[in-house]
Amino acid sequence: MFSILQRIAKVGNVTEPAPDAGDEPQQQAQTIQREILDILGQALAIRAVDAGSCNGCELEIHALNNPYYNLEGLGMKFVASPRHADMLLVTGPVTRNMEIALVRTFEAVPAPKLVVAVGDCAACGGIFGESYASRGAVSNVIPVDVVVPGCPPPPLEILRGILSAVQRARGLR
Amino acid sequence: MLLSCFDTRLESLPAPLPIRHGLVDAEGWRNAAEAVRAGGARLVSLWATDRRPLGEAYVVNAAYAIPEGLVWIGLPLADEDEAYPDLTAHFPTAGRMQRAVRDLLGLHAAGARDQRPWLRHGTWPPDFFPLRHDAEPSSRFPEFGGESYAFVPVDGEGVHEIPVGPVHAGIIEPGHFRFSTVGEKVLRLEERLGYVHKGIEKRFESLAPAEAHRLAGRVSGDSTVAYAWAYCMALESAADLQIPQRAAALRAMMLERERVANHLGDLGALGNDAAFAFGLAQFSRLKEDWLRASSAAFGHRFMMDRVVPGGVACDVDTAALTAMIDHCKALGAEVEGLRKVYDGHAGLQDRFLTTGRVTPELATRLGLCGLAGRASGQPADLRCDHPTPPYDALAVQRAVRRNGDVAARVNVRFDELAESLRLIATLCARLPEGAIATPLTRVPAAARGAGWVEAWRGQIFVGLELDADGAIRRCHCHDPSWHNWPLLEYAVIGNIVPDFPLINKSFNLSYSGQDL
Repeated sequence: MFSILQRIAKVGNVTEPAPDAGDEPQQQAQTIQREILDILGQALAIRAVDAGSCNGCELEIHALNNPYYNLEGLGMKFVASPRHADMLLVTGPVTRNMEIALVRTFEAVPAPKLVVAVGDCAACGGIFGESYASRGAVSNVIPVDVVVPGCPPPPLEILRGILSAVQRARGLR
Repeated sequence: MLLSCFDTRLESLPAPLPIRHGLVDAEGWRNAAEAVRAGGARLVSLWATDRRPLGEAYVVNAAYAIPEGLVWIGLPLADEDEAYPDLTAHFPTAGRMQRAVRDLLGLHAAGARDQRPWLRHGTWPPDFFPLRHDAEPSSRFPEFGGESYAFVPVDGEGVHEIPVGPVHAGIIEPGHFRFSTVGEKVLRLEERLGYVHKGIEKRFESLAPAEAHRLAGRVSGDSTVAYAWAYCMALESAADLQIPQRAAALRAMMLERERVANHLGDLGALGNDAAFAFGLAQFSRLKEDWLRASSAAFGHRFMMDRVVPGGVACDVDTAALTAMIDHCKALGAEVEGLRKVYDGHAGLQDRFLTTGRVTPELATRLGLCGLAGRASGQPADLRCDHPTPPYDALAVQRAVRRNGDVAARVNVRFDELAESLRLIATLCARLPEGAIATPLTRVPAAARGAGWVEAWRGQIFVGLELDADGAIRRCHCHDPSWHNWPLLEYAVIGNIVPDFPLINKSFNLSYSGQDL
């Protein structure tokens, strides 16, 4: 136990400031938290759906939970059910074999039902394109609010995309 | 000498590893399987090719790993109605590969017991076979919405089913798990995969060979270096192209960096799945440091598109090499400290020990391979078995355990992580001078090449066949997960449902790599 506490103390807090989202300058965690509360009235709950990705984007979404990006510290968390989610983070070209599952997941999400398409494949089908097995872009299957290009997009870009989708939700209200 | 059991003339492909190719008849196909099985060697992959555009026939292929190297045999079939001999009696893991061959090319294994589709979920018609050369790449079947799947039912008093997926609770790839349980004890797990089948192998046919390494690097994003290397090795062997020593060393440096990154991620996630959040926080911090260093040295956090035909796409300077050596040393010390914490944590060890066991006997019989195989006493590691430059000068230490439980798979990761850090530091210290690529001036016509690489998860194989005009006729990418997914079904028997995420993570198999 002592060695665990010692290491926690030695490493300290490595969390870095959150990125800007579009026009806004780099934001402090408190500002983002307040903004999310203003807009949603609660913490932002995100459900990640891999609709056909190579798993590269998932690695970067995972990274958002590491102490550097500290997503939960900003008032956002990944949830296990679409019914608990405000936002879907969708990766991959949508495969034909995942199409129904993605549509049903989208239907299960309550309002505001934000959708962020993460990665080049989710944006346009990427290198896989459209075929007998792939529908390509996520927007071919469900409505998309924000697209985050990149192969895979680094964690900060994904975070930026999440923040701009939240800001869009303010406009929609 | 298992080589002599192939009753055909085997031709060596000009690859850095000992890879041979030959054609057999049905009798030779059966004899080879029997001899390889009897000799304790392994099936690596089974796939098929439509070679009719080359004036030939359909060919079903098998790749075997024997002590002398890899043997790729092809069995020509007169037409789609001629069945080939079923291999599942000798190699049970061939079953799903044969079902995939049926889905993609419409070729049958004679007498195979399981005839259910595997990759085809009913989202395209049963008489459409995407990998036949005359299957239009522009084909779309929006009216086909999917069909149900005949899971094997388990009966008995108090038995109930728990269906999980394809969309999972965590941030992971999609697949369906059907548990049959009594109370919280798992009686049987049946997997249904194929959800991320995105037509990769058909897509290869429309890419130029000199460009297709980008697609290979996206078969499984966590193994992008390994897949790109295996593809490039296949293309280079078809073109009989030698890569510079510096390129080989840089490829190995990136491959080991990929291994370290994945092991760091898994060690943290395994702690987390046993409710030890400290482990996740520490290892995910170290992984982020590592990915940022990869980005600084190679320009991409996962080093995608850095392995290219003929060599590598970017060089590293002396300052970057020094930084990498220092990083390896510092990371080694941190991981050593965390290993002591893991080893000394009674609650964690209680979850790890004896959980999700695959005994060495079962592993041998059913063909468990790669990292999970080494945790169950299966020592295969290409870096040790057939060391090619730069591994031939590194004396790679293989990490083998025999307990076959989650704890063994954790320990193999710790051992391999430390060894990979040593390899990277050594490669940095001894990086040969010279060019980083040999230009690929000529794409060979009607040629064949193969690539074989020890990725972090296990051995990746790429079989490449080129048309008479130099276009890709067939590029088959094989992930070790094909063999290990079926063993996961065995590993969970008798365990409790809440231990499944931990057991699953300890294997950490690829969905995208097997679904293609």
